[in-house]
Amino acid sequence: MYFMNALPGAVAEGLIWGLMAIGVYISYKILDIADLTVDGSICTGACVCAVLLGLGVNVWICILAALISGAIAGTVTGLLHTALGIPSILAGILTQLMLYSVNLLILGGRSLVAVDHRANHVLVHMSDNPSAIVTMGILVTAVIIVLWQFFYTELGLTIKSTGDNPDMSRAQGVNVKFNKVLGLAIANGIVALAGAMLAQYKGSANINDGRGAIVIALAAIFIGLSVSLKIKPNFVCSLIGVIGGGIVYYIVYNFVILLGLKTDYLKMLSAIIVTLFLAVPYLKAEYFTKQKPVPVAQAKRGG
Amino acid sequence: MLKITNLHKTFNPGTVNEKKALDGLDLHIKDGDFVTVIGGNGAGKSTLLNAICGVWKPDCGRIEIDGVDVTNMPDYKRAAYLGRVFQDPMKGTAPDMEIAENLAIAARRGTKRRLVKGVRKAEREEYRQLLATLELGLEDRIGAKVGLLSGGQRQAVTLLMASLKRPKLLLLDEHTAALDPKTAAKVLEITDRIVEENKLTTLMITHNMKDAIAHGNRLIMMSDGKIVVDVEGEEKKKLTVEDLLHLFVKASGDEFVDDRAVLG
Repeated sequence: MYFMNALPGAVAEGLIWGLMAIGVYISYKILDIADLTVDGSICTGACVCAVLLGLGVNVWICILAALISGAIAGTVTGLLHTALGIPSILAGILTQLMLYSVNLLILGGRSLVAVDHRANHVLVHMSDNPSAIVTMGILVTAVIIVLWQFFYTELGLTIKSTGDNPDMSRAQGVNVKFNKVLGLAIANGIVALAGAMLAQYKGSANINDGRGAIVIALAAIFIGLSVSLKIKPNFVCSLIGVIGGGIVYYIVYNFVILLGLKTDYLKMLSAIIVTLFLAVPYLKAEYFTKQKPVPVAQAKRGG
Repeated sequence: MLKITNLHKTFNPGTVNEKKALDGLDLHIKDGDFVTVIGGNGAGKSTLLNAICGVWKPDCGRIEIDGVDVTNMPDYKRAAYLGRVFQDPMKGTAPDMEIAENLAIAARRGTKRRLVKGVRKAEREEYRQLLATLELGLEDRIGAKVGLLSGGQRQAVTLLMASLKRPKLLLLDEHTAALDPKTAAKVLEITDRIVEENKLTTLMITHNMKDAIAHGNRLIMMSDGKIVVDVEGEEKKKLTVEDLLHLFVKASGDEFVDDRAVLG
């Protein structure tokens, strides 16, 4: 019964984190970059949205501002990587650290800014989960459609090829550096958009909001893709799978809380889930694959 | 078409690993030439190709393609003039993308990538017909991920990609070296046909002396970052592997060191 009561909240929050995971999907799966900027940019999105809402700015403008702030963060990481030659993982860590200061600045030195959902018009709030689910459902669908259209344009295809095979891309005249920056900007824009929705939903922006966000996103991605790739391995299905992964993650999350796990240990749980998804395919290949007899046709080949 | 003047490149200068890869190389290729390049291990064949593609900047010298100085042009910009097939069959195609998508990206080489549909319907039909000319059964698998194809099939697709938007210069970097003999012969046959049909100016590196003699209208041999043998036309047609080995020893005063080249 308690669990059923918690379910709508889990779905609503799962949709928000699923949206965030779509951003991570773009950097991690499409660009093949483990971009750690997102731990900072999700918080930046939340901070920008919360502070602007507090100033009485229209909610849509707050969301747009959050999205742009995330895109700028992604651009910084991209330029650190491509223009200054810093390894991508380090570039992300550097930007993430920069963002901690930036986020404090946005919050005016406070560690938490509350959003009063009665005084401000917000799109989603935890006090009304059914409407939050509908709103997030529409927003997520819109984002998936836009990305679907974009990644099948001439430019979109070259962003995919940049992550898939940079040598081939350069040989075909693709500006790989520009595409990486653009891809990271889009990825972090979406992450910050999710941050803005999170601030509205929770009714606050906290300086520690993004800690470990990438791990939650990766968990959502792995859970989602483990199912969607088996159904239909295409772009749209993968994105829907990632959203589904986010929802499943939050249902499990709520379930273990109800089982009595202290919230202090939840980050450990997230990390273990991701570790399992990363380790299992490796262990399977390394220790549990039986050697097959060599087919005759292959054995003959060579030279 | 291609004019290289006094090209120098030294790797790891000032260290124990210092390697003079190109040592004042001069090369002039006329429009329509099909040049095969042969040379021992570390002769500078691949370095020459990488220099033309702009993988790094040469220490000094000048590279012109069709009258345009490309010496300091970034690689993705000069790709507009170049079609390229790598030695590694995995390098020339994006494995997680469809055959049609790979071809579409190649068809737009040298143009600005816009926010319009990446593969048009009419294009698919065109690609289907092109793939049919390969006679590998790929025309029915246009929507398949390239990663599902064999190495030989991927090299054939890469060849199509390199020639789809007619390049001023086609660069083949030992593109059959990683294939089994039967597939290699098939890919070479496709190469000859594509070069002939599109009248492409071509530079083909090979480790196989027989291939170097059998293909193209001009043959150059490299040693220590320089061109030591350069034969063309009738003289090249009459060449044998023994002649080549002899020419090499005479020109460089050294044994030809590459087991693959002699045995292949």
